[in-house]
Amino acid sequence: MTKDEPWLTVGRLEDIPKQGSRVIAAPGGNIAVFRTVDNEVFALRDKCPHKGGPLSQGIVHGKKVACPLHDWKIQLDTGIAVAPDEGCAASFPVRVVDGVVELSLTPNTGCPNH
Amino acid sequence: MDMSDMPQTKKLKLVMVGNGMAGVRTVEELLKLNPDLYDITVFGNEPHPNYNRIMLSPVLAGEQTIEQIITHPREWYAENGITLHTGKKVVKIDRQKRFVETEDGTRADYDRLLVATGSTPFILPIPGADLPGVIGFRDISDVEAMIEASGQYKNAVVIGGGLLGLEAANGFKIRGMDVSVVHIAPWLLERQLDEPAARLLQSNLETKGLKFLLQKQTAELVKGESGRVCAVRFKDGETVPADIVVMAVGIRPNTTLAESAGLHCDRGIRVNDTLQTVTDPRIYAIGECVNHRGIAYGLVAPLFEQAKVCANHLAQYGIARYEGSMTSTKLKVTGIDLFSAGNFTGGDDFEEIVFQDAGRGSYKKLTLKDNKLAGAVLYGDTLDGAWYFELMRDGTDVADIRDKLLFGRSHLGDSGHGDEKTRVMSLPDNAEICGCNGVCKGTIVQAIVAKKLFTLDEVRSHTKASSSCGSCTGLVETLLSATVGGDYSTAPSKKPMCGCTDHTHDEVRAAITANSLKSMPETMRFLDWKTPDGCTKCRPALNYYLLCAWPTEYEDDAQSRYINERAHGNIQKDGTFSVVPRMWGGLTNPKELRAIADVAEKFKVPEMKVTGGQRIDLFGIKKEDLPAMWADLSAAGFVSGHAYGKALRTVKTCVGSQWCRFGTQDSTGLGVKLEQMTWGSWMPHKYKLAVSGCPRNCAEATIKDFGVVCVDSGYELHVGGNGGIKVRVTDLLCKVETEEQVMEYCAAFTQLYREEAHYLERTAPWVERVGLAHIKSRVVEDEANRKMLAERFLISQKPAQIDPWKARAEGVASWEFKPLAEIA
Ligand code: SRM
Ligand SMILES: Cc1cc2nc3c(=O)[nH]c(=O)nc-3n(C[C@H](O)[C@H](O)[C@H](O)COP(=O)(O)OP(=O)(O)OC[C@H]3O[C@@H](n4cnc5c(N)ncnc54)[C@H](O)[C@@H]3O)c2cc1C
Ligand code: SF4
Ligand code: FES
Repeated sequence: MTKDEPWLTVGRLEDIPKQGSRVIAAPGGNIAVFRTVDNEVFALRDKCPHKGGPLSQGIVHGKKVACPLHDWKIQLDTGIAVAPDEGCAASFPVRVVDGVVELSLTPNTGCPNH
Repeated sequence: MDMSDMPQTKKLKLVMVGNGMAGVRTVEELLKLNPDLYDITVFGNEPHPNYNRIMLSPVLAGEQTIEQIITHPREWYAENGITLHTGKKVVKIDRQKRFVETEDGTRADYDRLLVATGSTPFILPIPGADLPGVIGFRDISDVEAMIEASGQYKNAVVIGGGLLGLEAANGFKIRGMDVSVVHIAPWLLERQLDEPAARLLQSNLETKGLKFLLQKQTAELVKGESGRVCAVRFKDGETVPADIVVMAVGIRPNTTLAESAGLHCDRGIRVNDTLQTVTDPRIYAIGECVNHRGIAYGLVAPLFEQAKVCANHLAQYGIARYEGSMTSTKLKVTGIDLFSAGNFTGGDDFEEIVFQDAGRGSYKKLTLKDNKLAGAVLYGDTLDGAWYFELMRDGTDVADIRDKLLFGRSHLGDSGHGDEKTRVMSLPDNAEICGCNGVCKGTIVQAIVAKKLFTLDEVRSHTKASSSCGSCTGLVETLLSATVGGDYSTAPSKKPMCGCTDHTHDEVRAAITANSLKSMPETMRFLDWKTPDGCTKCRPALNYYLLCAWPTEYEDDAQSRYINERAHGNIQKDGTFSVVPRMWGGLTNPKELRAIADVAEKFKVPEMKVTGGQRIDLFGIKKEDLPAMWADLSAAGFVSGHAYGKALRTVKTCVGSQWCRFGTQDSTGLGVKLEQMTWGSWMPHKYKLAVSGCPRNCAEATIKDFGVVCVDSGYELHVGGNGGIKVRVTDLLCKVETEEQVMEYCAAFTQLYREEAHYLERTAPWVERVGLAHIKSRVVEDEANRKMLAERFLISQKPAQIDPWKARAEGVASWEFKPLAEIA
């Protein structure tokens, strides 16, 4: 993201369940914000690269989420599908400041599926 | 300070001697577990990188090429940072200074050493055994020599009528040679087959043109004018011409190097259950060169199990144990189906069941001990080999299926797919194998060959076949074993729950109760889980096992549940949900129907349908709308129908004696009572009941998990049926006289299933795995136990019969249904 792009406050870390996800309804489509078992936070477009399944509804394990529709595993840090499946969901910069989750709407580079 | 100046923590050094199937599999497993622990150096005697030795037989038979059987090309070693020395024989291990040295003086230091030197063909100590043209059948150079000979000469003799010998002979024959197989025993494959099966095999091979010389002892190999072998002479003085002689009389663990280093050897390098040599704990040994608990295995399936355990210790996890394997064998001669496993020679306390149809060339023999399957020999029709092997491994009580056992799994109630297995290998390439993911036979076979897939899991992840509903698993396994040959696909003697643990489902369940493990992290810690927070296979299973063990204490972990159970609705392909309210026993009335109609209008439900479970489904509901809709349904008296859950789904009923002219009992009323008792608690898989009012069975009770068929004198109770993918008709559990008894038996059976089945195992496969006799003994014959089971079920039901919809309509887990934020 560019330097002056704003971070948007989307909620508190404690509002996202551990090993779970919450959805941010955004103009370009839903974004899923995930929280892992060790409190790492990641944000992906809530759309599976396979057939568009809502990733926010999947089971989070390690740094992966399993899509609820056909069980593709998507890497949370990159949005890339675990091999042998191929594809990626756009990932978004996200950070936690004093327990508050902040998100940028400009996706990270590296995935064409914005 | 510049970080690059800091001394780096040094990696440990692992050296492997023997670049074969068992060793490389160990390295592979190790890289999966702990890729950065070691600098790895591999020494192999042969000039090639690792290849699939099993496939030498198809190469000889011209069905595959050398290139096709290389499993690990040199790039694989490079990509994984492994230093590979091919064509180098290690001749010395210095255990004090910890290095190995090759013939040409190449040295490598080690912190851990892995000896995987395999075995060598046993060469009979007879005159002429060292002549040119006399070889073993072990490696690529042997096969190259055999192929070359077949192009120049006419007569081949194979000494030894075992698996290897027959595969060699078959290869020579296909390449146009005259082949004689010399065998000292009275029949072929005497260690794998009994005499009748061996005779069938022999006559089949004779029609292919092979000649057999049984009960013949070789005295000498005769030298011809060219200096090459020219004939074989027997003890009785007879001779047969031979331009090439293959000795396939057995293998010897290759322990020369280990012995020279003072490692204790005795028919193999002695190792303990961690695959460490008993002499030197820094040195591990694995594969055909070892003797584990007195056994030196000569098939890959057990060696791959050893590899897993060995890798676990090398990776410093230190939890796995190798406790020995059960093996089964197959012969890789195209057109001949042969399978044997376990103890099939029997003995005094064994029973035998034999089936022989000489006309069709088919023979089956099963041995039983204490109502369990102990051994199997199959010739001709081997499709049930894998099933028999499973029954042996699981120790299934087969008393109740004894009379059907010989006819195979397809006779246990499967009316739909039984035959398909028989046909699978002759199917065209474009035949669809996996209906869920649309994967055809050709795609699967291609992936197995091109990507060198060995296991069902690998086929699943590469092709998606058998990864959804699993009903095509048997077909995929057949394709796998037919394509790669050998025993790759045979089930290991122990089946871990998933990749996160080496423990089986049963071990995990036992540990939870025995050690009072009451949370998921605690269970994972106690059982040394390999991943920090499990995976999508083990987390839902553990959640269920904990809930089942501690129904009143355990706090459900929503994040370990599949979305359907977390959101209490079925997720649809567009991310919306469906809503199916419970209609007890399929009964309804105008008031209920009106309430449903109102809800449908209010929430603009796009589609409604009467389900196959006798109730109404509302489709296409937005997740945000669910709680409000449930609130309305709840106000009208509805509870969740659990159409989404591993839980009681429906109780199907027919009209019964209330209205029907044939009805014998109040099937509708009984169905409602059963549904009121059983709804709510979680199960290993979905669970369906039905009650029919007479044997016409309009409610299809005999394809339900628990079905009741009313008769004049009482109630027949049927268990272990399902419709769906693989139809299985129920087994009759027993007959009872009163409704109270039906309720008690139902509660007891349900609880036994809840406590003993593996997660995601429906009653049908569970009944087949543990045996109906076992279930009868716990539920029917043991009254005290039945009452205890029923009581435990009712206790679990108390906290479970709080309607999840009502709770959510009142605000439980409200965040689940709302976005965290909305950005304009
Ligand atoms: C709605 C319904 C079809 C219908 O319109 O009639 C239905 C719909 C689904 N069935 Fe079914 N089954 C429905 C009756 C049946 C029946 C008939 C019955 O129960 O008498 C069967 C065969 C009987 C049986 O189960 O033994 C049936 C055998 C299956 C199977 C195969 C089960 C098996 O063991 O082979 C699956 C797959 C699974 O569960 O893994 C399945 C799975 C499904 C799922 C849950 C697929 C999924 O995971 O999303 C479907 C959900 C659709 C949705 O989004 O709501 N459904 N399904 C029926 C709901 C009944 C109810 O009121 O709860
Ligand atoms: C023709 C044939 C068909 C078979 N069919 C089947 C089948 O259908 N099903 C089945 O389960 N099994 C089958 N087997 C058996 C299976 O191939 C073996 O069980 C398996 O290969 C053993 O693995 P291993 O790693 O212990 O030994 P190997 O695969 O033999 O590997 C040992 C390697 O170590 C090398 N080596 C030895 N000493 C040294 C040294 N001092 N320095 C450097 N390198 C050394 C050897 O050259 C060899 O490459 C078959 C075997 C053959 C030969
Ligand atoms: S099974 Fe058929 S005939 Fe019998 S009571 Fe039910 S509806 Fe009537
Ligand atoms: S849509 Fe995600 S796996 Fe198919």
